[in-house]
Amino acid sequence: MGLTKSSTGLNANDKSNKLNISSDLLDNSNQVIVALAGNPNVGKSSIFNELTGLNQHTGNWAGKTVTNACGSFTYKNKTFILVDIPGTYSLYSHSKEEEVARNFICFSSSNISIVVCDASALERNLNLVLQVIEVCPKTLVCINLIDEAEKKGISVNADLLENLLGVPVVLTSAVKKIGLESLKSKLYDLAFTSKYKAKPIRYSRLTEIAISIVEEPLLEKIGTKYNTKWIALKLMENDTDLITSISDYISYDLSSDKDLTKAVFTADNLILKATNKTSSDLIISQLIKKAEAIKKVIVKTTDKNYNNRQYKIDKFLTGKFTGTLSMLVLLGFVFWLTIKGANYPSQLLSTLLFGFEDKLYQLLSYLNLPEFLLNLLVFGVYRVVAWIVSVMLPPMAIFFPLFTLLEDLGYLPRIAFNLDRCFKKCCACGKQSLTMAMGFGCNSAGVVGCRIIDSPRERLIAIITNSLVPCNGRFPTLIAIITMFFAGCFVEPLQSIFSALLLTAVILFGILMTFLASKFLSKTILKGIPSTFTLELPPYRKPQILKLIIRSIFDRTIFVLARALVVAAPSGAIIFLLANFELNGIPLLTIVSNFLDPLAKLIGLDGVILVAFILGFPANEIVLPIILMAYLSTGTLRQYGSLNELKTILIDNGWTWLTALCTMIFCLLHWPCSTTCLTIKKETKSLKWTLVSFLLPTLMGITICFVITSISRLFGLV
Amino acid sequence: MNNENNKNRSLNITSIGDEVTVKELNCNGAIKRRLQDLGLIEGTNIKCVLKSPSGDPSAYLIRGSVIALRNEISSNIIIL
Repeated sequence: MGLTKSSTGLNANDKSNKLNISSDLLDNSNQVIVALAGNPNVGKSSIFNELTGLNQHTGNWAGKTVTNACGSFTYKNKTFILVDIPGTYSLYSHSKEEEVARNFICFSSSNISIVVCDASALERNLNLVLQVIEVCPKTLVCINLIDEAEKKGISVNADLLENLLGVPVVLTSAVKKIGLESLKSKLYDLAFTSKYKAKPIRYSRLTEIAISIVEEPLLEKIGTKYNTKWIALKLMENDTDLITSISDYISYDLSSDKDLTKAVFTADNLILKATNKTSSDLIISQLIKKAEAIKKVIVKTTDKNYNNRQYKIDKFLTGKFTGTLSMLVLLGFVFWLTIKGANYPSQLLSTLLFGFEDKLYQLLSYLNLPEFLLNLLVFGVYRVVAWIVSVMLPPMAIFFPLFTLLEDLGYLPRIAFNLDRCFKKCCACGKQSLTMAMGFGCNSAGVVGCRIIDSPRERLIAIITNSLVPCNGRFPTLIAIITMFFAGCFVEPLQSIFSALLLTAVILFGILMTFLASKFLSKTILKGIPSTFTLELPPYRKPQILKLIIRSIFDRTIFVLARALVVAAPSGAIIFLLANFELNGIPLLTIVSNFLDPLAKLIGLDGVILVAFILGFPANEIVLPIILMAYLSTGTLRQYGSLNELKTILIDNGWTWLTALCTMIFCLLHWPCSTTCLTIKKETKSLKWTLVSFLLPTLMGITICFVITSISRLFGLV
Repeated sequence: MNNENNKNRSLNITSIGDEVTVKELNCNGAIKRRLQDLGLIEGTNIKCVLKSPSGDPSAYLIRGSVIALRNEISSNIIIL
């Protein structure tokens, strides 16, 4: 579900790993549940969006959808409940997300499926189609992305496929909104009429004999209630996880039944003697050859060289020298755009909002509130919110769409491809670069995204190290400090270029820390060898740029504003209270920050900064505002001016370049925000690993800041 | 006697542009199944299309899709 407002933050904690459909829905004969399946990255979520009118975020990489999403639409007075499940290449599941998909197709109460295919990659997609038809005869084949196929000179004969398989087939383009009415109509016919009858998948004579050897005792034991041919096939394929799931579903322990085991053994021997292959190999290769044969008849290609341009681009983006270079340049460019683009709106908003502060005070004073409350509301709550909106929001609202654009283009898998070697050296999975990239948007979403990693050990490593790259909420803090302390000596246009370079350097540092931490974890508490992994490099797709940017900016802005209200406003109030309640004549805030000061000074920070980070636990973007508020509350400056004036406040309160540097590093390397912690707990189901995720970045941050501070002080650099 | 008959050629020795055919998969269990799910069986045509900056992994065109495989997998895919 990627990085929409509904999938980041608290909502990244998906509420349904299982599907919770209320029972009255199931009893209604005017409603059907439809599983929306297919290979990864074929446009399932786009189809889902078009049919249900919801807004699952789509992106061009395999593994984008990792949770179930539900939506519905009505057609001819019947309601169709669609469940968008994660993509899978076959019903043999390898990762947690594929298991979710497989279990839903095989074991849920839905008995209708739509298998979405990519018209340009039908051969491999048909493999899943055949497998799904075997277990769920009421299947509709939706061949999507036909607009792209057309550009490549590929045409698909849907009617012929319909004849061959006996199931409804439609050609669609979700993006161009083609074929959707036909889809609904055929789905209706499939669900409520007997127009379609799936042709059974036939294997070779030898295989069919072998299957019947297993089916015989099976029929005796469980009767005709279930699809015994399919169960016999799975027993022969020896997929132990699936067999366990099937046993649970039919309430009969298949693996401990001696007759069945004997029958499977006989069948296996029969096949082995005749073909010198295992049953599993024979069955799979027949399905693949069937898919190949079908594809040959229904697909016509007029242009064999359509992919050449893509390969040329890819050769550049993954080349020996050009690959790494292009990654760095792209990163730097995205940051530069963010910084530059955020400047103007930032200035505008801050002039507006802070200028309004006095007027607000006047307005509120008409309500005859006690002065304390008035100050709390205006100088506590309002000021922090104004801060968030004017300084923190613009960079977030710009970075997000840029990132999403890259995602939709299909660039992210190329990053994973380039960086895989590094991850392999750290005994981690190359897909971690994808989850790390998601962490740039929101660490919570990045953690959920780790479901695409097959091996539990590697998934844990990816989860624990995810917050070592800064999320969207931390970018503005980094940008502000860089601009104030390190780039301030330049003027535009050099200033934003230099800021972008510095930010890139900080991010690279974060990525380096990710590698080091992964290596450390895999050598100590998460020992193991790197697992195998396969990664699909999808063709580049032209994203719907305008639609994407507008939706993303809108999404992000609303999300940040909502968070500002829910988290920042109370924090502003707390700071105000802490600064104004006195104990023995000293404000509480001073007491707390003085208490933390010695520890903070050791690592190059001060007590106030540490308090701010602690209070920033719910949301990282409030850290800098809190710091400034705290300084201001015990100072004399009332107004916010330019960033330069802010710098004055900081320097007046003892900031040096060292403080700025250590604050940036600590911002990068400290505990994950509360939402991320909650998500980690939910994903790992373990308090132990949540604690590790909390402590690891913190300890790294403290150590590195300590070392830098000590060295600087030792050499008299500060 | 042809020396090549005694030595098995594996996928990882191919360079960009080479087109080969799969002879057998020299692995077991989940890895083998994963490769089969992607369409890699005896007789499948593969073309090497990309190599990453470090040489590992490499990307191959398999039945219409580009899939990246690490060397330890591609060294177990025996080709004709």
